[in-house]
Parts: sequence; structure tokens; C-alpha cells
Amino acid sequence: MAINRRDFLKVAGTAGALLAGARPAQAAHAVRTDVEFYGLLIDTTKCIGCRSCEEACNAKNGLPKPEVSFSSESVFEKKRDTTPEAFTVLNRFPNEKSPDKPIFVRRQCMHCTEPSCASACLCKAMVKTPEGPTVYHKDRCMGCRYCMVSCPFDIPKFEYDSPSPFVRKCIGCPDLVAKGEPTACAQACPEGATLFGKRRELIEEARRRIYQSQDRYYPHIYGEHEVGGTGYMFLSAVPFEKIGVRTDLGTKNYPELTSGFLSSVPLVDILWPAVLFGFNYLVSGKEKEDTKEDGHGE
Amino acid sequence: MESNVKPMPAAGRMPVPDTGTLSGFLRFFLQELKPKGKVLTPFNVITGIIILVGIGIIAVRFAKGLGAVTNLSQAYPWGIWIGFDVVTGVAFAGGAYILTFAVHILKVKKYEPIVRATVLNGFLAYVFYSGALLLDLGRPWNVINPIVGRGFGYGSVLFLVAWHFLLYTLCLFVETAPAAAEWLRWVKARRILRKMTTATVILGVTLSTLHQAGLGGLFLTAPAKIHPLWYSSNIPVLFFISSMFAGFSMIIIESRFTHRIFSDRVDAEHHASHDRILLGLGKGSASVMSAYLFLKVIDLTHGHQWGMLLTPMGFWYLVEVLGFTLVPLVLYVAAIRKRSVELVRNTAFLTAVGVILNRLNISVIAFKWYEAVRYYPSIGEIWVTLAVISMELWVFRWVINRMPILGEHPDFKSGKESAKETNNPEVVRWTVSAS
Repeated sequence: MAINRRDFLKVAGTAGALLAGARPAQAAHAVRTDVEFYGLLIDTTKCIGCRSCEEACNAKNGLPKPEVSFSSESVFEKKRDTTPEAFTVLNRFPNEKSPDKPIFVRRQCMHCTEPSCASACLCKAMVKTPEGPTVYHKDRCMGCRYCMVSCPFDIPKFEYDSPSPFVRKCIGCPDLVAKGEPTACAQACPEGATLFGKRRELIEEARRRIYQSQDRYYPHIYGEHEVGGTGYMFLSAVPFEKIGVRTDLGTKNYPELTSGFLSSVPLVDILWPAVLFGFNYLVSGKEKEDTKEDGHGE
Repeated sequence: MESNVKPMPAAGRMPVPDTGTLSGFLRFFLQELKPKGKVLTPFNVITGIIILVGIGIIAVRFAKGLGAVTNLSQAYPWGIWIGFDVVTGVAFAGGAYILTFAVHILKVKKYEPIVRATVLNGFLAYVFYSGALLLDLGRPWNVINPIVGRGFGYGSVLFLVAWHFLLYTLCLFVETAPAAAEWLRWVKARRILRKMTTATVILGVTLSTLHQAGLGGLFLTAPAKIHPLWYSSNIPVLFFISSMFAGFSMIIIESRFTHRIFSDRVDAEHHASHDRILLGLGKGSASVMSAYLFLKVIDLTHGHQWGMLLTPMGFWYLVEVLGFTLVPLVLYVAAIRKRSVELVRNTAFLTAVGVILNRLNISVIAFKWYEAVRYYPSIGEIWVTLAVISMELWVFRWVINRMPILGEHPDFKSGKESAKETNNPEVVRWTVSAS
């Protein structure tokens, strides 16, 4: 059976519809330059491990009380990860500079400038807000867990024991941040170890601290460039690989990893049918004969 | 197992079903639903038990959550329900787009006898794998969100895969439907469906290209989690190319079983050409595999990863790439030179193991290879996977035993434009009742 005009229009129409649906990936994670992100600067040299941030986060997000009370230090005996019930956790690391002062490091969502989870989500449940927080719309989520696969920091956590599960993670107190107010954890910090502000100002402050106290700081702001920059950034006294954060993530933003492939999609969707029709014409040869021919099995 | 069905009766001898009216269709359908032949065969009993227990496990999964039956964890969000059922299964279903491309676009007549079985296999694979995918989703009732527009995440590879997956399943349905129309003797529907075939195939090949590649593209977002020997920016291309030889091998494997089990449904013409077809598939597979291996070598060289081959993961990589890709390639070439159909058949199994290894490596085994506590599938996950495969086999057998898949329908032999032109008065009557 030879293709005719109508067949061609059928395919062309469908392919066109696909093309309209598959807009280039770049549009999905464009950086807004007119609004400055808010973020946090977490200065681990100031943290005393009091876990006030954990407690404040727990209250703010209405999370269940933890098994070990917030005043107990026994939790530091082993390295903890965030859970569906704990969006931020502190971990203790030995300090080679001054062994009697261990280093406490918070772990929570980094609120990347261009979040991998948001670009991975096929139903826009994970979304980066213009103010900075990467929030989660639970009503849209289908529970595919691709955000968990994609997050370079392994932050999204899934409620495996629920028949109606959600993905849980720190959502960066979007209600407070929208009003320009600090996140719950930043408000609770008694030592000023968690500093809230515009990301640009936080980087300036971090640089100032590193320049002014060169003995105190390892000269790097973790999150300034990692995975294209994160909203929450860290300062440390020791090299970052010694305080349990990944230093092998690179500086490329994660959505860029798939944007090349995704922008080839409309091309293939349009060019492939055209090429295949071409093949079909070439092979069909004399059209008149072929229309009579009965290609069985079709 | 052996087919327990009588050979298809010659034209005109079958009692005439009246499928043109709704009640007639329902009567015919209910009658066809009944099993043909012996019910209590060992195959039926074993798969029946697997399916029943599997349904029980699925019930627990929906009542108590994924954690109750799977070994999934916060560190390993995807297990074998994704890595095997979906990622590997879809690769094997690739035979459908390759073969429809050869037969309907390139007009290679040689492969016509196997195209229907392959397309049916592909269609059922997609239906059952998307079914398995729903089991893995935490909130499967929201699966329609990216389709109906409650959040178009068009920057996501998964969005691309979901759409192309859905549309391709519809294409496969249209490509399978003529056989069903012949079974129901819906002459008019068959005519319309056949007119759509070329366009559907072109659309289907396009959609397959993108979602086979897209399944690989999913893993582009995990550069720091997948072992560098497997992570490559070429993953989409590698997935697309390997889906071709996965497809070829699956056709060879599938035809081995169908020819043995349903030999009475295969017509003589098909039997005669079958060896030539298998050798051709082996040739196709070998040429695609050499391109694949070439890309693999380029990846190794560009990533400066030759040194990693001497680590334990490197050894495992060599098992996959040398043992189950290069060796089958060499065997295919040998089989083609010796014209040994038997060797082609056995090599297809080896190739299939290589594809399974590759897909499981990327999605499960080399994924977070550095974790202290590794994921391995639970009994429940394996059982449900077997149950899904068993269900697919049941439906496959049901269709093969009723519809003209392996052989031509006596009333719709090629060379006749349509049943309308036959002299069989009964066929003419269905035509009237169908229109």
C-alpha cells in the first residue's frame, strides 16, 4: 500500500501536535533574573549542635515527635539522613583542627538554583518558586520517585509505608520567605549559624568571612557553584569531603544534563516521519501498481 | 506446554458468528472467552498459582504501601519493577517497531509472516508493563496528570517517555487490530484499519525511537550515582541501538516457542520460510550489535575509563559487554556464515541475557554502587514480576488460538482485496451485517 496525501497529513498533523507539546527543555527551567533568590548561609564553624533548627522545623511542618528527644545528644552517635518525618538533621564530624570542638553539619534540601527534582518531575509537583524555595504540590504528585533518582543530594524521601504516599522534604518555608521573613530554622538558631538573606548578599557575607578569618575557614563556599549553585550554602573549617557532603557533583546544573536530549525530541518527531515517508515512496516505486497490490499482514 | 487447540477449520466450515450486532458480538465474545482444550495442564496450574498469589501480593501493596512488599528504600527509589519490568521489558518489545519498519516501510516481504505475532507481542508487552508501572507508582490515580494537563512537566524526560509510551501503545493497538477485525469478521473495520497502517507504522517508529532513547535519557540526571563505566551522555543512543538487537533476539526467542507450541496455527508457507527469516534476523542483530560495541569503545576512550576495567565493577562490566554482547555478536556472525539456524536461536538467548544485564546494571546494579546497604529485589517483587509475565502469556495464548496471528485467516488470504469479493455466501452476509 502506497502512502497517499491523506496518510501524510494524518502523520504530519499528529507530529505537529507532538511538537507543540514538546517545547524545548530550556523554557522549563529558565532562571528568573528579575527576582533575587532568598537562601541560607550555614556557617558550620558557629554551630554548637543544639538541634534547635530540627525542633523548629518539626513544629513548623507539623511533623511527628522524634523517637529521641531534641535535647538528647545520643543521636550523633551514628550518621543520620533526613526522613519523611525529619526534613533537617544535624550530624557530628570530628574536627582535625581542634579535636575538642566537633563539627556539626545540617542536612536538608539545598534549594538548588536550577533544581534537578523540578526538571525531572513530569507533573510539576516539584516547583522552584521565584523567591527561592523548591516546593512540593502534593495534589499533583503521582509517586514515581524520579525526583529521588535525580536529586544529587538524595533529599526527597518517600512514604513507603503508606497506601497513599507523598514525597517529603524541606520545602524552605515558602510562606515565610514570600514575606521576606527568615525560615523557621534560621529564626530558631541561637548562634547565628544559619543566616537568612538574598543569595547574592549571602555569598558576599561568606566571602567576607573567609577573607577576614582565614584561619577559621576552609576557602570555599559549598553551594556557590555546585550543581549550578544552590540556595542553601555552607562554610566549613575543614575541607568539605570531611564533613560528609559530596564534592564530586561538578558545577553543571542538572537540568542541562537532559536539555540536549530533550531539544532533539521535536526534531526527531518532525524529521523521522518525513524521512520514513521518503523511504516509503522510494521503495514503492511505481505508485499505480502498488495501490493495487495487497500488502497482506497490514 | 503443548497447544490444546484443534487446527483452524477450513474456510466456510466454521459456524458463522453474527458479530454485526451488539448482542451477537457479546455472544460470540463470551463463547470465545471460554478456554479451548484441556484446562488443568502443568503450565496452567503453575502460572495460575503464580497469578493468584501475585494478585494477593498486589492487594497487600495497595493496602499497606510499597514498603510492605518491596525492598525499595530511600537510597534505592527504583527496583526491578522499574528496572526489569519497564526498562528491560520495553527494550524487548522493540521488535515491533523494527519489523513494522522493515515490512511496511521498506516493503521487505520476507518478514511478513512474523510481523503480526511480533506486533501482538509488543502490544501486550506495553499493556502489561504499563500495568506493572502502575503498581510501582505511589499514587497511580494521579498517573493521568501529565496527560490531562494538571501540570505539564515538559522539561522532564519522564514526561516525554510517558507521552510517547502512551501514543505508541495506541499505535500498536491499531497495528494489532486488523487481526482482531478478521477474527470478528468486521470487514469494514478491517478495511479502515488497514488503510491506517502505513501512517500508524511511521508514527510508531518515530515514537519508539524517542521513548526507547528516552528510557535511557531518564538516567542522564544521575551522573554522580551511576558507575562511570555505565554513565555516559550517549545513554539515549545506546538504549535506542540496543533496543534493536533486543527486539531481534526477542522475535527469535518468541518464534521458537510459538512454533513449537502453536505449530498447528502456523501455515505451511510460513513454516517453509522460517529458517530464512531467522537467519535474516540474526544478520540484523549482528550489524546493530557491532555499531553498539563501537559506541561503547568510544565511550570508554572518551571517559578515560580503561583503568577502571581492572576494578570489581570493571570486571562486571566486561562480563556484560564482552561475555554477553561481543560473544553473541561473534556467534551470530559464525551462525550466518554456517547458515546454522540452531546457532542463531541459541545466540538469541545469550543476547537477551546481555540486554537484561545492561538494563539492570544501569537502573539497579551500577546505580549507587557505592552504598553500604545495597538493594536486592524482595520475593514479593520477583513474584509479582513473574505474575505479570504469566498474565501476559495467558493473554498471548488466548489471542494466538483465536485470531489469525501466526497464519492467515482463510477468508482473508492475501491476493484478495477484501472478503467482499469472495464467493463465499457466508462472508458476504457478515459484510452486510457489519456495514
